[in-house]
Amino acid sequence: MTATESAPTTTHIGARKLRKEDPKLLTGEGKYVDDIHVPGELWMGMVRSTMAHARITGVDTSAAAEMPGVHAVYTGPELQGMGLWAAPLPCAWPVTEDMVNPPHYPTAVDEVHHVGEIVAVVLADSRYGAADAAEQVVVDYEPLPAVASIAAARDGDDMAHSDLESNKAYSWPLVPDPEALDAAFASATHTIKAEFVQQRLIPAAMEPRGVLAVPSPAGGDITLYSATQVPHILKVMVAATTGLPESKLRVIAPAVGGGFGAKLNINPDEILAATLAHKLGRAVRWTETRSEAAFSTHQGRGQLQTIEVAADADGKLKGVRVHLDADMGAYMMLITPGVPLLGSFLYTGVYDVPAFGFSCDGYFTNLTPTDAYRGAGRPEASYAIERAMDLLAAEVGVGPDEIRRRNYLAGGGHFENLETASTLVFDSGHYAPTLDAALELSGYGDLRAEQQRRRDAGESKQLGIGMCTYVEICGLAPSRALAGLNFGSGGWEHAVVRFLPTGKVEVVSGSTPHGQGHETAWSQIVADKLGIDPDDVTVLHSDTAISPLGLDTYGSRSLAVGGVAIAMACDKVIDKAKLIAAHQLEANPDDLEFADGSFTVKGSPDMTMPIQGVAFGAFTAHNLPDGMEPNLQEQVSFDPPNFAFPFGTHICVVEIDEDTGEVKLLDYTAVDDCGNQVNPLIVEGQVHGGIVQGVAQALWEGASYDEDGNCRNPSLLDYLVPSAAEVPSMKLGATYTPSTSNPLGVKGVGEAGTIGSAAAVINAICDALSPYGIKDIEMPATPARVWKTIQEAKGGQS
Amino acid sequence: MQVEMTVNGQPMAADVEPRTLLVHYLRDHLGLTGTNVGCDTSSCGACTIHIDGESAKACTMLAVQARGADVTTIEGLATNGELHPMQTAFMECHGLQCGYCTPGMVMAATSLLAENPNPSEHEVREGLEGNLCRCTGYHNIVKAVLAAAEGGSQ
Ligand code: FES
Ligand code: FES
Repeated sequence: MTATESAPTTTHIGARKLRKEDPKLLTGEGKYVDDIHVPGELWMGMVRSTMAHARITGVDTSAAAEMPGVHAVYTGPELQGMGLWAAPLPCAWPVTEDMVNPPHYPTAVDEVHHVGEIVAVVLADSRYGAADAAEQVVVDYEPLPAVASIAAARDGDDMAHSDLESNKAYSWPLVPDPEALDAAFASATHTIKAEFVQQRLIPAAMEPRGVLAVPSPAGGDITLYSATQVPHILKVMVAATTGLPESKLRVIAPAVGGGFGAKLNINPDEILAATLAHKLGRAVRWTETRSEAAFSTHQGRGQLQTIEVAADADGKLKGVRVHLDADMGAYMMLITPGVPLLGSFLYTGVYDVPAFGFSCDGYFTNLTPTDAYRGAGRPEASYAIERAMDLLAAEVGVGPDEIRRRNYLAGGGHFENLETASTLVFDSGHYAPTLDAALELSGYGDLRAEQQRRRDAGESKQLGIGMCTYVEICGLAPSRALAGLNFGSGGWEHAVVRFLPTGKVEVVSGSTPHGQGHETAWSQIVADKLGIDPDDVTVLHSDTAISPLGLDTYGSRSLAVGGVAIAMACDKVIDKAKLIAAHQLEANPDDLEFADGSFTVKGSPDMTMPIQGVAFGAFTAHNLPDGMEPNLQEQVSFDPPNFAFPFGTHICVVEIDEDTGEVKLLDYTAVDDCGNQVNPLIVEGQVHGGIVQGVAQALWEGASYDEDGNCRNPSLLDYLVPSAAEVPSMKLGATYTPSTSNPLGVKGVGEAGTIGSAAAVINAICDALSPYGIKDIEMPATPARVWKTIQEAKGGQS
Repeated sequence: MQVEMTVNGQPMAADVEPRTLLVHYLRDHLGLTGTNVGCDTSSCGACTIHIDGESAKACTMLAVQARGADVTTIEGLATNGELHPMQTAFMECHGLQCGYCTPGMVMAATSLLAENPNPSEHEVREGLEGNLCRCTGYHNIVKAVLAAAEGGSQ
């Protein structure tokens, strides 16, 4: 199979079908956690540490406890003494045997390790009452030195946890062939060494996180509603952490307002709500405020990167060497330590790199923990290599497009199942066409001419054009590959496809959407497979009582693992239905054809039976083959044999006002290849949103901390999530190179936009400023930073 | 204290603390949970509703300040089960993903077109500046608003 010019479509797969999810969400009927209420519920208010690192010397709850409407106030030690939890909050990814993992309980007991760590909780009968009471709790602290940056953690003498002797949590190397790597650098004509900062990002899904735990006092059952991406994982982890029997737990992720990785965790609030509800026999709820989210929800990125590339005289890469210092924050949360490693295999990008080496040191700081955020490790990798490629292009004296072409894997041609120096096997790729298409769609030649014109005219608004060809790793994941990385879970996904007696179809999916349109896309797959109307398909998900098996949504895995599981379950349904149809038509199963939803005996067009008829026959069970179970329902747990590796080329055009430093995004082109597409409308939406998140890292966003570990910009007033006014419409193109990792040939697209965009933006800025000899600018490239960089360069020149 | 107002054409009343924000009055007391809360600094627009025909952020005012007002929330936009043209445009242009910003975005967009029935793309972008969406990158939201404007002028 090779890349095709246009989207391959069948009847439904590949169609721009409007979303089934929309009418509910458009009319206010979507029920998010904070929309769901039960009688007698208690509101939880959190008393959060105001210090980044301190010993707690006293907590006075008396004033809060006396307030009207306050049911209870619990300090950390009181909660610890109540025996509510059996284990600390989980870290499922101990990346090395000797990784340091300080115990992380839902509330601090004697020492706090980041601003916002929970010190006490109040329970009150109203939203406002809980907030008021939390404010009345007085905590005394004895301050300890705060470790407020990676550099401080690495180079300083202060410890983020006073009982640790080093802030280093782990060192993780990946150097497949050290000798080859040394030789590559020794024999290189050009070497580039660059350091980049991946600033911390606040994920800022528009729905704040929230939780509601509803007990059934008689039976001891707990139903936990949570704004989570991972209800299945949450259920297992709540059981493991609290000791509540898993069979007594039901987790429901109702409508969830975006996640981007921020809702992929096991959080103190979830454990507190579940255990307190269980203990008190009353429902307990909590909804994060936006300004609280900078402390109560993990953050993304937080890395110092050093990348070195070695190339020959023509700019052909000989080796890439990378070191990361990664900010874990105060604690290891669910996959904190593994996030940087998710990018480790991608620092060679889309290029043919004979020798590769990577190492990462993880450090504790007294800041909010980090964990997955859109792209999780891969945007960082793509940024480093794609920035380095531009630096190499300048060194060699060729254009950014040319340096990429010279180095693409397989010479830019189509390939399948190609092993790279980072030890992965890329499922499929065909990189040059995405570059060609992006150059054309962006009007690259004209852009360069306009750039030259402005430069010649000495205009104050200069044009910059930046590109990035990214590859990413998604479809997480082959369970054995995860075992190799010491990840504490498998990577399969589960699906059930069942015909109801009336011929409608129910699909149960273990992957849990929060905006991705699973109901629509899964219906398209099922409709095609079974030859039925997509409107006759209902997709059930996100409730562990309905969908007991699943591994949820992250790492752009839903389609490539969960969607494929559904397609495979449909195949099994057809196989069984064929036996029933053959039996009822008194034919040999091998003589039956299945097309357009009906079984027909080959050569006898009137001997036919629609699959709905078969379904009814399975229900009545009056006339089934001997020994056959009376149902038409099949299930599949699909464990993919390999990851999927989507790719694409992005081109960004910026205009820089040299007088003010303002960077205006003029145009953005993206040509992405996520294999076969089920619904291009959904694909494009994912790409648009992803791009803006990456652009936002490049230009506006960054959690900023003072040296005491206080976040300077926790609210949306200071943390600049872009609005429609800051970004342009985008030009999208696509190529279609089917994946070899699954029978649908699909990859994933949830994170691709973010993975490709930050580097394209910064490459564009550096391109605009190259006449000043400016080679790099740190993210976010705010007007102040750009202006200062220009002034310094000008000063340096004069 | 008792607060009365017309909401989606119906007279509504509830007994609330004087400090109750309008958005919490609508959500927690009237059960109209379509209006969402995305921030605590009046920055995100998830709570946008119409008060006496003009768009307003329901988190920036107290319920008592809206006494006697005519309030429309997202639940009141569709009539007789027919989606409002703006809702249809959002659906047709895929202007929503998780849907959390959507009620506020749709309310802001309808009010934008009421003021300026034929906006340019630039005017739509500027006009929606107070409404944040983390999912769509705004591309399809802007497209939807322009499509709704186009439909309205025919
Ligand atoms: S809730 Fe954010 S502006 Fe009202
Ligand atoms: S659709 Fe999710 S925030 Fe806008």
